[in-house]
Amino acid sequence: MTIGLGHYLAVAAVLFTMGILGIFLNRKNVIVILMCVELMLLAVNINLVAFSVFQGNVVGQIFAMLVLTVAAAEAAIGLAILVVYFRNRGTIAVEDINAMKG
Amino acid sequence: MILQALAFYVFAAITVAAAAMVVVSRNPVYSVLFLILAFFNAAALFLLIGAEFIAMILVIVYVGAVAVLFLFVVMMLDINLTELKEGFLAYFPVGALIGAVLFAELLLGVGIIGSGSTTVAGLNAHGAQVMAVDNTRAIGRVLYTQYFYLFQVAGLVLLVAMIGAIVLTLRSRPGVRRQRAVEQINRTKEQSVTVVKVPTRGGV
Repeated sequence: MTIGLGHYLAVAAVLFTMGILGIFLNRKNVIVILMCVELMLLAVNINLVAFSVFQGNVVGQIFAMLVLTVAAAEAAIGLAILVVYFRNRGTIAVEDINAMKG
Repeated sequence: MILQALAFYVFAAITVAAAAMVVVSRNPVYSVLFLILAFFNAAALFLLIGAEFIAMILVIVYVGAVAVLFLFVVMMLDINLTELKEGFLAYFPVGALIGAVLFAELLLGVGIIGSGSTTVAGLNAHGAQVMAVDNTRAIGRVLYTQYFYLFQVAGLVLLVAMIGAIVLTLRSRPGVRRQRAVEQINRTKEQSVTVVKVPTRGGV
């Protein structure tokens, strides 16, 4: 009944799959898509920390911190883009974002 | 030991349930609140295996900054909820299929790793020596020496993100009167005061 590496990896796998599923299900809502990306990054962090602890090497936790930094930056930029988009178009539906046809 | 296992299962179950509620919740505000719950329980999972520093950082950064930012944006935008949920079930089959395939692959990977003896084989001398002290001290010792440049680059990423967010959302509306300190200070007497010679009984 000891909790091993496999338990943590399983939780992370479930969380990652939830994130993928959420991106597919909420195709219209950018906010929920961003939240699902955060969930997937959390799953990655759980993997990194679990490997770090069970292998006795602290480097994985430093990488988890860097992932956390990038996640925070990504959330800030994504929400700023969302606010500007909403100000211009009055909606946040993802399907209208191809207006630039770039 | 049994208590630790029990705590693990409780926290893991709440994390997964909260993640599911983030995905299926109808209102984005509820989604954000369930996201906060998921992050708190993930922090508890980190605490259970002894990664205290990452757990605290997770609570501070995610719950304190990112989730509040999400909540702020959700409440600031006036969005039509019913319109956003259209097509929720249309994408369900393909999403479920891809999710199932991915989950099966991940479980396969977990099974392979879990069956091997990576826990002892991966233990190197450096890591074992570092892990002898407490978690925060161990992270500090490695982060500020070996990974110092990476640490600086992380700070740079945050700076660029901050500048980018400000530049994106800053706008100058026409018709708003602002105080312009430079013009006020650089004003001279000649620009603002004119001496008029008023003729007697003539008026201005």
